[in-house]
Amino acid sequence: MARTLINVPKTAKKGEIIAIKTLISHEMETGYRHDNLGKAIPRDIISLFVCTYNGQEIFRAELHPAIAANPFIAFNTVATASGTLEFKWTGDNGFSATEQATITVE
Amino acid sequence: MTTRRDVLIGAASLAAGAGLVSVLPVTAAHATPASMDAAIKKVVGSAPLRKGKVTLSLPPLVENGNTVSLEVSVESPMTPDNHVKAIHVFNEKNPLPNVISARLGPRAGLGKLSTRMRLADSQRVMAVAELSDGSFWSDEVDVIVTIAACLEDPG
Repeated sequence: MARTLINVPKTAKKGEIIAIKTLISHEMETGYRHDNLGKAIPRDIISLFVCTYNGQEIFRAELHPAIAANPFIAFNTVATASGTLEFKWTGDNGFSATEQATITVE
Repeated sequence: MTTRRDVLIGAASLAAGAGLVSVLPVTAAHATPASMDAAIKKVVGSAPLRKGKVTLSLPPLVENGNTVSLEVSVESPMTPDNHVKAIHVFNEKNPLPNVISARLGPRAGLGKLSTRMRLADSQRVMAVAELSDGSFWSDEVDVIVTIAACLEDPG
């Protein structure tokens, strides 16, 4: 399982715009590099990131090889209700990682 | 103001760029301004692409193209009737013209996205935002890169 770093405020006021920052460890091998023997290194990237808030999708991003290694993605959402944010990364070679964060909305 | 340092940095990056191009393997296809335009066309379709509303922030001078922070922010009230539907980022000279395509909605609160990208060469980077009324807005930044990404051999 890839290491992830998620930054979501623990508590927020209802209606407040909160910042969400995510980072996941991944090579993001572009498929355009060659090893020491001149053999092409096959592409291995995370191609999709989805964030759901209490089961409802709030953000989705398609990533391309131009995204730097260890993809960092930051976005915002409105704190609507207490609950769970789920983050899911999927990619080449069956890569899949899921992480959760809970938020209390007052 | 152009200082002596700016000139030297510019010259160094040009020299580095020229050096890298000469060792490029023939198989490495490169995106061109034309292929970036084609990728943008695919997203925008026949709708007009206007300048404004979008702010793309990238450092103008990048030392290491392997990881470059970028931020796209779009002016929008983010209401159900008037919000940012998608943010796309494109580049001119990486092997592929696409960088990221994000879908968001009124629940985002702000039409804003940050990530880190690779830059294979000094080039133009462009951000395109799609609003809920079907209009497309863009911003572009010219970046100078001194150490390029994508081409180095793994250690």
